[in-house]
Amino acid sequence: MATQHSRSAARLMMAPAVFLLLVWMLVPLSMTLWFSFRKYLPLRGGDLGWAGFDNYVRFVTSSAFWPSVMTTLLIVGGVLVVTVVLGVLLAILLDQPMWGQGVVRILVIAPFFVMPTVSALVWKNMFMDPVNGLFAHLWKFFGAEPISWLSEASMQSLIMIVSWQWLPFATLILLTAIQSLDSEQLEAAEMDGAPPLARFFHIILPHLSRAITVVILIQTIFLLSIFAEIFVTTQGSFGTKTLTYLIFQRVLESQNVGLGSAGGVYAIILANIVALFLMRIVGKNLDA
Amino acid sequence: MARAVTTQRKAINTTLAWAVGLLIFFPILWTILTSFKTEAQAISDPPVFLFFDWTLENYAVVQERSDYMRFLWNSVIIAGGSTILGTIIAIPAAWSMAFVPSRRTKDILLWMLSTKMLPAVGVLYPIYLLFIKLGWLDSRIGLVIVLMLINLPIIVWMLYTYFREIPGEILEAARMDGASLREEILYVLTPMAVPGIASTILLNIILAWNEAFWTLNLTAAKAAPLTAFIASYSSPEGLFYAKLSAASVMAIAPILIMGWFSQKQLVRGLTFGAVK
Repeated sequence: MATQHSRSAARLMMAPAVFLLLVWMLVPLSMTLWFSFRKYLPLRGGDLGWAGFDNYVRFVTSSAFWPSVMTTLLIVGGVLVVTVVLGVLLAILLDQPMWGQGVVRILVIAPFFVMPTVSALVWKNMFMDPVNGLFAHLWKFFGAEPISWLSEASMQSLIMIVSWQWLPFATLILLTAIQSLDSEQLEAAEMDGAPPLARFFHIILPHLSRAITVVILIQTIFLLSIFAEIFVTTQGSFGTKTLTYLIFQRVLESQNVGLGSAGGVYAIILANIVALFLMRIVGKNLDA
Repeated sequence: MARAVTTQRKAINTTLAWAVGLLIFFPILWTILTSFKTEAQAISDPPVFLFFDWTLENYAVVQERSDYMRFLWNSVIIAGGSTILGTIIAIPAAWSMAFVPSRRTKDILLWMLSTKMLPAVGVLYPIYLLFIKLGWLDSRIGLVIVLMLINLPIIVWMLYTYFREIPGEILEAARMDGASLREEILYVLTPMAVPGIASTILLNIILAWNEAFWTLNLTAAKAAPLTAFIASYSSPEGLFYAKLSAASVMAIAPILIMGWFSQKQLVRGLTFGAVK
């Protein structure tokens, strides 16, 4: 049993971390809230006074708002579908007995460690460039007209780049989950003559449901705020302006801090809705 | 009894898995190959794969023209500094939550996690403004502190899940034998916790190394790490594929190698212990 002495010591040891995170959360958050109610243009007169809910209304009614929400949802949704579906298949494949499993794992996981600016630039120039990119060569080889990927199929290209970065994450987590599956259960099903598809839908998929949920929630939080990939590829043009990128432009490019802060509050609310679900799952796990 | 697997089936699995693995790895492989080509060979039509005149010239040019070492050093300081600082602050917190849990421990842990969910763009201007006021814009100290705060929840969580696996009976036994709190931590806990601490540090160096929101928005020339160094290649220099590739390889090589060593810890760290 913990003594009174060790309890107060414990509280003291926790204090620095708790205090720092409290400051980190409260100070910028309250500043954003404050700015969102001000007419604040640093380069055009500074703080011009109280604005009420003007910024909130203007942000939502601007012509860029709904497209940016759609873009955000499309990227997040697209990447989630690609990474989860391919991730499940890949995890099952990697779980099979084979030669050189360790090396294949290393190959598959590698994209996760590539910094976002590098992967975006490599894809943009060396693969998707309409003149010198590898895809252009491939298209020409098959007699097709090369595609200017990032302008003609901007969303698909972006989804592909981001999926490439996140597929290893999904695969690795799903593989970890598959490996904890009781192999006797699968063997029994196999002996009873259950075909592979039935085994997949009735045993493997239910077993993976929790891991899939975790993958979806964690990726959503990261994907809602992807930035570097857009920053170095399209700069938000060709219909790739996400909510994050729109706020970034409002705040730093057009220096309309009031408006951008109102957008920031919307982004925070959106992220918190997702976070709520994630916390439930993680919290349940703490009790177990 | 283990499932009997025919050699034939194993061969099919192997072929398929290697094909998929190489396909996924291909962009990295292609970048590595291109970095050893001349600019002309890099854009040659049809593309050349292995049979070109291998050259190291691009690496020399990149280093010379853009002072690669300075960016590398910034990355090392920022990623290493923020991780070490974060670990020093997180160890006592995680220790106390794992071994002296109270009713509120769970709430505190979840609250810490929730700070991680705060979208960076939502607080971009306040941080930008505070950085100007503090004179931290384009300084390494500023980024060390911001990245430390961003990763602190992950560090606390990872350490907590590792510490929780250390059996409490051992600590009780040490206490019975009259060990003080300090001795308990120093001689009993630390040796058992070292592997967990090491993998926590490894994963967080990787995360900090690749962080590309704050490093792009809060640096200019002086404190810019490799993420910003590469972003500067986005136009017109990006047209020089061989040099872009050499720069990319230099930016990702150190972390790729570290990453391969940390792949087992990755799952635990990034799912906050929800999947082990």
